[in-house]
Amino acid sequence: MNELQTILSDSVNGLLGDRVTKPLLEKAEAGEFPQALWDEVEANGLTRVLVSEEQGGAGGTWADANMVLKAAGDHAAPLPIAEAVLASWLLDKAGIEVPEGVITVMEGEFRLDGDKLSGKAARVPWGRNAKHAVTLVDGAGGAQAVLVALDGVAIEEDINVAREPRDTLTFNAAPAVAKPAGLDAEALTLYGALIRSAQMAGALAYLLRQSVQYANERKQFGREIGKFQAIQQQLAVLSTQAAAAGTAAAHACASADRQDDPSFEIAVAKVRADDAANIATSIAHQVHGAIGFTYEHGLHYATRRLWSWRAEFGAGADWAEQLGRQTITRGADALWPFVTAR
Amino acid sequence: MQEFRFDLCELPGETEGLRQELRAFLKKELADIPAVTRAQTWSGFDADFSRKMGEKGWIGMTWPQKYGGHERSFFDRYVMLEEVLAAGAPVGGHWIGDRQSGPLLLKFGTEEQRQTILPKVARGECFMCIGMSEPDSGSDLAATRTRAEKVEGGYKVNGTKLWTSNAHKAHYMIALFRTDNEDKHGGLTQFLVDLTLPGISIRPITDLSGHAHFNEVNFTDVFVPDDMLVGTEGGGWAQVTAELAFERSGPERYLSSFILMVELIRELEKQKGEKGAAEIGRLVAHLTTLRQMSLSVAGMLEQGENPALEASVVKDLGAVFEQNMPVIAHELTGIEAHIGTGSDFEQVLGYLTQVTPSFSLRGGTREILRGIIARGLGLR
Repeated sequence: MNELQTILSDSVNGLLGDRVTKPLLEKAEAGEFPQALWDEVEANGLTRVLVSEEQGGAGGTWADANMVLKAAGDHAAPLPIAEAVLASWLLDKAGIEVPEGVITVMEGEFRLDGDKLSGKAARVPWGRNAKHAVTLVDGAGGAQAVLVALDGVAIEEDINVAREPRDTLTFNAAPAVAKPAGLDAEALTLYGALIRSAQMAGALAYLLRQSVQYANERKQFGREIGKFQAIQQQLAVLSTQAAAAGTAAAHACASADRQDDPSFEIAVAKVRADDAANIATSIAHQVHGAIGFTYEHGLHYATRRLWSWRAEFGAGADWAEQLGRQTITRGADALWPFVTAR
Repeated sequence: MQEFRFDLCELPGETEGLRQELRAFLKKELADIPAVTRAQTWSGFDADFSRKMGEKGWIGMTWPQKYGGHERSFFDRYVMLEEVLAAGAPVGGHWIGDRQSGPLLLKFGTEEQRQTILPKVARGECFMCIGMSEPDSGSDLAATRTRAEKVEGGYKVNGTKLWTSNAHKAHYMIALFRTDNEDKHGGLTQFLVDLTLPGISIRPITDLSGHAHFNEVNFTDVFVPDDMLVGTEGGGWAQVTAELAFERSGPERYLSSFILMVELIRELEKQKGEKGAAEIGRLVAHLTTLRQMSLSVAGMLEQGENPALEASVVKDLGAVFEQNMPVIAHELTGIEAHIGTGSDFEQVLGYLTQVTPSFSLRGGTREILRGIIARGLGLR
């Protein structure tokens, strides 16, 4: 970690570790948006880590942003922090000023007539709470980054398994700001997969920490269950999965900083996070026993997020199929040269 | 809880020339070797090939020149390793000397041991093996019983080493012997043993695939001179433990089934369908991630850190990946594995189906590795 990364990591983990409490999570799941915490996150500049310094951001890299994204996942922050990081990056890249307040990203079917946006976006993270949303719309000469205010937009509320808001927004010639994005329209899904992969790595790190702590405290048969080899072996597996997902996410962030087309590494990261989540959530619950299955215990804030996030911005299976097709098309003998060139 | 560290480590651009040089060399040298033979990778033995690797300066790449080394960067060496493995080169002859015994002697060996052995190893003329396991000492290495009893001018050795890869083709063994019966861990000592010494008998053991890579090595009143002791008497346990981080994180820990992955993709290319794309994609994702993790450990080793836990993580994940490969190949194609006859794919599948069980046994069993990881997590 470099200096900025250490500062970011300390600052975001300090803030979220302090403030994302069980009561806050419970209220958020009951529908109360933690506006005060959002204001603090925003005031600390955490959502603008990728925004250039001239525009009041940290001018950071994706490797820096990874610290914020991981922490957001680690602490199960019930806020669109990751979405805001991505939205702000897209706006800044297009030269659109990043507005204040809750901001999210959306995938959908859109039409842009001049500066009027029409169309529909499903499962928009925190659509009901956001003041603005950002998307990419295909147009003549490449995709346009589009910023749209959400006042007066038709909202159909829904949630994911983690009870995070995932709303459907309908736009009818809504006033928008649009500028050339310098990216393909598919980049929204791609970088969406990147932020989710990093968040998942964070949630997996939490699952490991929490499970090890529980195994060292819970006693059965007169000793801590962590003393049993059966439990130790399972937790070792959980740790290898968390480590793999973390490495893949970091590699994808490094690639996003280095290459114009980081789609390979991002696909790898999402596939790896998805696989890790399947194994790790199962082990974490098994180690926790019945208590981890209760709403009262907080383990599910992480496991339900992992179950939701693995399907968002392309499930692991979708990205794997894409990677597989490309691999088969390139041919068997191209596999090694390709992998080593990345 | 201790957090594992997998800082990214990027290979510098200047390694690219070496990579291309290796690819050209390997393409030429391996042109006539069938895929099923290449699938043996670091289990494959070919003394001529090892000698050619030595001539190229690709053994002992990072060692000092005065010991026959080439003082190249560890990045260069990493590139060499992954290229020979991915190509399926028969590197088994010099593998142990290059990876493990050479570095061990550089660290703990006497000046005379270094000067006698290392230049020959680097030329690809001298092969090493490692005598650790015994009939009653497998995962429980500290149960080592082969006794090195102090006598005038040296030690008298009696006992049996088991599962010693390539002992029948090696010149020297780095052996772990018991020099003190009272002290379980502190009573172990490493020796450099000339395998031509009187009293040593070597019996190859055929594995379930019909290959004979590993051996039983008997020692009956073998006299090993004092100057063949490596490191310190009683320091064997600590020395072996330090060695294992090098053994457990290299690219051989996830590339052992790579030749099958290549042949599987070739098979799916022929079928021209969409079948199996997602499974191949998953394999590519896991392969890419393992490579980054392995590189990361290599980077930490180079900086003099001791990433023993991270190395165990790489080996455990790598073995799972390698062992899944024949299962996935079977599931996706339904093609029957062959031995002796059949297509490249059928024969490689036949070979790897049989040998993959060893991947989570050699170099530390899965259960031992996971135990090490669990202790690292603070569970005990």
